[in-house]
Amino acid sequence: MSINKVCTRCVRKLLRREVKLLNSKRNHFVYTPDTTVPVKGDRLEMNMYQAINNALDTVLGTDKSSIIFGEDVGFGGVFRCTVGLRDKYGKQRVFNTPLCEQGIIGFGIGAAVMGTTAIAEIQFADYIFPAFDQIVNEAAKYRYRSGGQFDCGKLTIRAPCGAVGHGALYHSQSPEAYFAHTPGLKIVVPRGPIKAKGLLLSCVRDPDPCLILEPKVLYRKAVEEVPVDDYQLPIGRADVLVEGSDLTLIGWGTQVHVLKEVAELAKKELDISCEVIDLVSILPWDVDTVCKSVKKTKRALISHEAPLTSGFGAELVATIQEECFLHLEAPIARVTGFDTPFPHVYEPFYIPTKWRCFEAVQQMFDY
Amino acid sequence: MVVFSRSVTQCLRRLCRSINTCTRLCSESPLFPGAKTRWTEKLEFLNKGSYEPIPVYRVMDRQGNVIVPSEDPNLPEETLVKMYKNMVLLNSMDKILYESQRQGRISFYMTNYGEEASHIGSAAALSLEDVVYAQYREVGVLMWRGFTLQEFVDQCYGNIDDMGKGKQMPVHYGSKKLNFVTISSPLATQLPQAVGSAYSLKDQNRVVICYFGDGAASEGDAHAAFNFAATLQCPVLFFCRNNGYAISTPVEEQYGGDGIAAQGPSYGMATVRVDGNDILAVYNCTTKAKEYAIREQKPVLIEAMTYRVGDHSTSDDSTAYRSSDEVLHWQTNDYPVHKLRYYLEKRSLWNEDLEKAWLQETRKDVLKAFNEGEKKPKPKWTEVFDDVYKYMPPHLTKQKNQMQKHVEKYKEHYPVHKFSS
Repeated sequence: MSINKVCTRCVRKLLRREVKLLNSKRNHFVYTPDTTVPVKGDRLEMNMYQAINNALDTVLGTDKSSIIFGEDVGFGGVFRCTVGLRDKYGKQRVFNTPLCEQGIIGFGIGAAVMGTTAIAEIQFADYIFPAFDQIVNEAAKYRYRSGGQFDCGKLTIRAPCGAVGHGALYHSQSPEAYFAHTPGLKIVVPRGPIKAKGLLLSCVRDPDPCLILEPKVLYRKAVEEVPVDDYQLPIGRADVLVEGSDLTLIGWGTQVHVLKEVAELAKKELDISCEVIDLVSILPWDVDTVCKSVKKTKRALISHEAPLTSGFGAELVATIQEECFLHLEAPIARVTGFDTPFPHVYEPFYIPTKWRCFEAVQQMFDY
Repeated sequence: MVVFSRSVTQCLRRLCRSINTCTRLCSESPLFPGAKTRWTEKLEFLNKGSYEPIPVYRVMDRQGNVIVPSEDPNLPEETLVKMYKNMVLLNSMDKILYESQRQGRISFYMTNYGEEASHIGSAAALSLEDVVYAQYREVGVLMWRGFTLQEFVDQCYGNIDDMGKGKQMPVHYGSKKLNFVTISSPLATQLPQAVGSAYSLKDQNRVVICYFGDGAASEGDAHAAFNFAATLQCPVLFFCRNNGYAISTPVEEQYGGDGIAAQGPSYGMATVRVDGNDILAVYNCTTKAKEYAIREQKPVLIEAMTYRVGDHSTSDDSTAYRSSDEVLHWQTNDYPVHKLRYYLEKRSLWNEDLEKAWLQETRKDVLKAFNEGEKKPKPKWTEVFDDVYKYMPPHLTKQKNQMQKHVEKYKEHYPVHKFSS
């Protein structure tokens, strides 16, 4: 190896460490990569946007009917998720639409009704609401209302979601609970690159319309060894990431990484053993895994970035309460965003930080 | 030498480029990327008065005379008679189902009075491979395609033979076999969907036709659809039924411009306005529109001018917002069914005897289907849980099991006897 190469490596390593340090200061969480890999075979270091790009590439390569469209996806997308795809597969399959969310989803539904694999992008989950009618009244009800004659199961909607440090009201929202109240829809949230690729491929091939909410703060920050082969990860199943015996911590997306830190903190400071569950799938959600864990630990804390009132945590609380009533030793805790719009300069005080979660853990054991 | 000539070429190319840029920059025309146009030094606001209103294309006058003989599509006699028979059959079905709702035998109904020609005329110009997206008042299209009286009635009753399995309100028809996408109540949602479907059908010699009313055209989805269809170049025919009212709202309260047709060119769409009460005109427009859409792979907007002769629905009494004289005027002076009948009579293809016989036959057929439909049981009540997803997820299975146990226990409080077991 030449001196030049060695030097470059050293510098790169140093830089990476520096970036990590910066990130941990800037972000409210420390990202921990997945180490278990779902399939054998070659792996490549990818961040989350690259993993998504890789999944989309896999879809376009394997499914000739598939199309990708949305605002600015043609040149590669504002988050780089569709980079290179238009050049590789042509502008008939990867194309920009006019700036109109209701149009994007309506268009996607229509394509899916004809049997086309339609992957629609909404630029930010915050801007999905103009398409709420098309998603809730149309996409979700298509199969049901036609008695199974027509469906738009080949529709997948991708939308970047969640806090990003400075996104304020309209670049930070986590709208999963609005959609969780919609029979007919499936909703997933990946926590990193491996999960994002596998879930996206499942969503695309699932026979029902799916919404995949991608935590945008992870696009560049989350780096993992992602299998290059085609693989799918199940919709409707939660992952137990850390096993524990005293308390179940449940979250999804970025918040999973916060909860992993909380578990470490609780172990170190309070000698409490936490089980950390990534719910992965919001609708349908994995009642069995969650309730099995809570029956074991007898305590549950749910944490999400979205506001408290009618957040998806409420659904978990109600079900856990119903299923695990005789096992619970403390009220179920929820640490979430506040019932306010998502603010700009106050973001550090808005998000459910590890310290807020940690305090809630303390209180649960003082109960 | 080679090197030299290469550099000369490069130089020349560079020179050309700079000349090009220069000419562009010095050019008299505006260079804004947003529009290709010219300058003007006269300050002038444009409005709908700046242009002539878009004229209404017709073939026949109100008495069924063809005005310009070359415009007569010269349809085969049996097609013309079938068109007329379908229109009358549609009237008979509307009459009986409307009355049955009044007697409380079905929960809801919407008639098609006054708009029969736009349905049958456009449907006849298309083939079965063309995909239809409808609003709800396009029953003639489905009838023309071969949906049977029994199938209509079964849907209205939500009985065991309803293809929609009793999930939706009456008149929300759909048929996979006939390429007629199931109707849903939210207005205009079908417009951008039709565009997406048309995108999927590009270069297959098929079109999508999408029907909607003048009221629905005010929805954001209509704007989305027009714009997407134009920019993404989709072979879709937007067919607007402008019947003057959206429930009680007259068009003056619906839009300020020259109707729906005037919107077409602003999106860059080929557009035509047609007499919706003239079946031959509607047929011609739709035929030409389909040809154009397939040839150019581009959308067309057709605005069919007509009048909603019936109430909006069985939940509406239209005399509360319009005079019965106005309705009577359209019924007597410019009714699409009459217009075609005059035309047929002039060609000796129809007469009073045939009319009487056909009326009698349609009434008998509709009543027969009606009585059959009424007798049939509803589907299994557990069908409520099916088709939410392709496969039933665990939480739904749980809810289904719970309800089954509950109904077993409290069956006397539920109409189980009306449902299949």
